[in-house]
Order: sequence, then structure tokens, then C-alpha cells
Amino acid sequence: MVEAKALVKRFGDFEAVRGVDVHVRRGEAFGFLGPNGAGKSSTMRMIAAVSPRSDGELKVLGMDPDRDGPRIRARLGVVPQQDNLDSELTVRQNLQVYGRYFGLSRAHVRRKAAELMGFAQLGERAEDEVEPLSGGMKRRLTIARSLVNDPELLLLDEPTTGLDPQARHLLWDRLFRLKSEGVTLIVTTHYMDEAEQLCDRLVVMDGGRIAAEGSPSELIARFSTREVLELRFPPGEQDAVVAVAGGLAQRMEVLPDRLLLYTDSGESALERAYARGVRPLSSLVRRSTLEDVFLRLTGRSLVE
Amino acid sequence: MPVTEGTRPRGLLLRILPPGLYAGRASAIIERSMLSYSRGWLVFVSGVLEPLFYLVAFQIGFGRLVTEVAGPGGQPMPYVAFVAPALLAASAMNGAVFDSTFGVFFKFKYAKTYDAMLATPIGPLDVAIGEIGWAVLRGGLYAVAFFGVMNVMGLVTSPWALLLVPVALLVAFAFAAIGMACATFIRSPTQFEFVQLAVVPMFLFSTTFFPLSVFPGPLQVVIQFLPLYHGVELMRGLSVGVLDPTMAGHVAYLAALAAFGVFATSRRLAGLLLR
Repeated sequence: MVEAKALVKRFGDFEAVRGVDVHVRRGEAFGFLGPNGAGKSSTMRMIAAVSPRSDGELKVLGMDPDRDGPRIRARLGVVPQQDNLDSELTVRQNLQVYGRYFGLSRAHVRRKAAELMGFAQLGERAEDEVEPLSGGMKRRLTIARSLVNDPELLLLDEPTTGLDPQARHLLWDRLFRLKSEGVTLIVTTHYMDEAEQLCDRLVVMDGGRIAAEGSPSELIARFSTREVLELRFPPGEQDAVVAVAGGLAQRMEVLPDRLLLYTDSGESALERAYARGVRPLSSLVRRSTLEDVFLRLTGRSLVE
Repeated sequence: MPVTEGTRPRGLLLRILPPGLYAGRASAIIERSMLSYSRGWLVFVSGVLEPLFYLVAFQIGFGRLVTEVAGPGGQPMPYVAFVAPALLAASAMNGAVFDSTFGVFFKFKYAKTYDAMLATPIGPLDVAIGEIGWAVLRGGLYAVAFFGVMNVMGLVTSPWALLLVPVALLVAFAFAAIGMACATFIRSPTQFEFVQLAVVPMFLFSTTFFPLSVFPGPLQVVIQFLPLYHGVELMRGLSVGVLDPTMAGHVAYLAALAAFGVFATSRRLAGLLLR
């Protein structure tokens, strides 16, 4: 579906994307995980054929976005980072008018709008304006709108940023449904849980480059340990512990507010820590997540 | 599966322009405008009424003080009949500029409406033509209403005056196109002062209220560069049926302005939104 080689995007002197290789297969959910400014959105815009690449090769649905932009866009669905619904129209009109931009017939968009409002659970708000809708509803409407042309490839740029947990789960459920219907998804996110929930395969991006690629579990197995022991200390006491705690695990990350000890057994590491006289304020043993992968790869946490 | 029309070359524009620029769907954007205004139709009433207020003010006010002036052919004509076609040109300008600057700026900067459009097969030239076309349609509606009132007031004395309506469309087209191109340069709402700064003097000095001969020589040259001047001259001549060859020049000036505006707008949209 998407084939990128050494893809580069420059804005003046600034290089937002610095040589990215990506291969997205039909039917999979593919993720770009990375902090703000990693180059995810720039990459997405190039794939969406609304931003010409500065260098490298790119094929979307087998076509070159520079030459066949409109033909590619006709088969894509795009959910931008910032909702850009038409605030001068109602929910129903938003869907119908957007379908008309794709050259679909009036009768077709009428049927499609009704179907999509059902999908997005917005049927009761059909004749309402967009502005008073909640954040979650607007997001669902944006996703519904992106489906008006029955896209083969759906691009979602941070689909759940700023939504409450309930709204996020509802949205994820809708995305799972689409995936099961065979729609290929490409998602950018800086949420680990979102990437783990949604993506079959993902790349971790940092500073315009790809730092790692694989399925969530592969990445965790490759770049982290089975478990993580988190230790918190009273302010000012952490530094003293760092020297002692170093030998307790395979690897340690020092964060401003806590120590992360990477080990196959968190409990036994905690026992050893106590045996050496380490007295944390609190301790937590958990499984490794993509956050740990990211920390390992970049030395920084994703969301600060 | 729905049939999404591809980029089959239909019509001249589609054959000569790169498909990324124009998909031939400007009409979908006009449809959008019609839907959005169908719920806010009251703005139309104000657009129709405003120039009528002027007309009435001149009829019962100025008309008493200034009875007759020399018309386009040198023949005397009532002052109200002298001003009315100019007001028609000015209202076409005002409507078009208002729509294509305020409306466009809001959609461009805040609502990101055009970003959403450009994520579809639609191109920047579709957006330019669709938005400018809508402003022209609106201007045309105002012009028809105004023309009707001119008739009722007995200010139309020549069958040539029927051409006032298409000329009003041309004036609206030129100003909407230039206005939309300018709107892409506006960064904050306070900069609309500059739009006013351009429109108000143009309204006052484009021979709207007094003939060109009133101005001192060098200023006359400047006035003749104002786009509205050409609209006013065209309309005034047509309203009394005094035709002369310079009219072709007026039409050409306005048409060139319109074409330049459409071109500049689509270039700006592409440069700003597809980067």
C-alpha cells in the first residue's frame, strides 16, 4: 500500500524527515510512534499526497504522489491531527458535502451519510451543527467523514489525542471494526497504549529517523526486559541510591522522579534492593511497554 | 463500491492544467456554500438592502440639492440617475470583497476548511474558482435586486442597461478574485483594516459621486488605475445607452484582474497548504 525509500522532507533549512524507509502491507494496522516533532505528521502528509517529498522515493497505492496526487487522494481517507470539520454545516451535511468533493453522486452520499452516522453513533445529532458536539463526537465525525469514499487506506494522525478514556475506547473499537473489514490503517501516535492496542507493526521515530521497527511485542522483547521495577524516592534522595542500585538489574534508567530497573523478575530485584538498604518511597513491578522501548532507544520518555 | 470519478479530461481547463491543480469540481464547493448560507439567508437581505439605502438617501436627499449633472455623453441627467449605476458597481465590489476576504480568511486560518478540501481529489484551483464563483453568484443576486429598484425608480432609460447585471457580475468577479488572493496574505483579523483602507477610498473616488473632470490632472491618472473606476464608467455608460470603444478597455481591465486573481489565489493556496 505504501512503499517509502530514503524519504526526506525539508522545510527550508529544517529537515523534518531524514531518510525514512517504510513498507505498509494491505490490511495491516501500521503505526508511527514518536514524540512531538519526530517527523510523524510530515511523513503522513507526504503519504496523503498533500505535501511533496523533498527527496527519496514514495509510492502510495502503487502510484507516485507527485504525479498522481488526486488519484491517490480519491482512494484515501484522512483523519488530520486537528479536526477540520465544516463548522458552517450540520453533521449530515458535513458527510454529504465531503462526499461531493470526491465526485460521488448526491444519491450515493445521502445513503452513505446515513450509514456513516450509524457507524459513528451520531444519528441523533444528524441535523445539529458541529460546534456544540463533544470532542469525542467531533473525532468520530471526522473519522466517519474520512470513510465517505470507502477508502482502501485510512491515515489517522493522532486519532485520540485530547480525548477522555471512554471516548478513546469507543474510537478504538470503531477502528478495529474497520480493520476487520479489510481497511489498511496507518496511525501516528505518541501514546504507547494506543500503539499497542491498534498496531500490528510499527516504527519508532525520533528526530526525523526511524529508530526501530517491528510488532509491539517484538520491539519489547528486543529492546527491553520482561519486567520493570519502578522505584520512587523522596525529593533529593534519589541521587544517593543510583550508585547502589546500578548492579541490581540488567539496565537502569534514571528519570527525574524515579528509577527504572530492567530485569526479568521485578520482585527479586526489589528484594535485592531492600537487602542492600535501599528504601524507596514506593515501588512498582510492571511489564515492559513500548514506553520502555522508546526510553531505551532515545534516552527520553515519549510524553513529558 | 462507489464510482469515484477519476481525473478524466473533461473540458479545456482539465486538459491544459496539471491534475494536482484542478479536478473540475469547483461546483461541489459552490454547493457547500449554498448549504451553509441556506441557514443564514438573512445576510442576503442585508446585502440587498444596504445599496438600496444609499439609493433612497440620494433620491430624497442629495437629489434635492444637486438636481442635474452632465452624463457620459455630455447630456444633462438627474444626479440620482448619475449615481445609481456607480452604486451598483460599488455594491458588487463590497459584496465580493466582504465575502472573499472575511469569509475566506476565517475558513483558511481557523476552520481549516481548505485543508479538508485539499485532502480530497480537489485541487487549489477548484477551491479558488468555487469560492470566487460563489461570491460572484451572491453579487449577481444583489445586482438583480438593485437593478429592479433602479427600474422602479425610473432610473433606467436605455435597453442597454440590461447589461448592467452581467457587468456587475464581472465587477464582482474581479474584486472577489483579487480579494481572495489578498486574504491569503492576511495574518490576523486586525489586518482587515488594510482591506477597508483600500475599499473606502476606492468607493469614494472612483467617480462614484462626481465625474473624473472634477479631479486635478495628475490625480485623474491615478483614479483611472482604480479597478472600481472601470466598473463605474462601464455601468454609467450602459445605464443611459452611451456606448464608446473605451468600454472594451474597461472590460479587459476587469477581466484581466479577475484572471490574475484566480491564478494568484490558487498559487497561494497551493504554496501555503500543499507544502
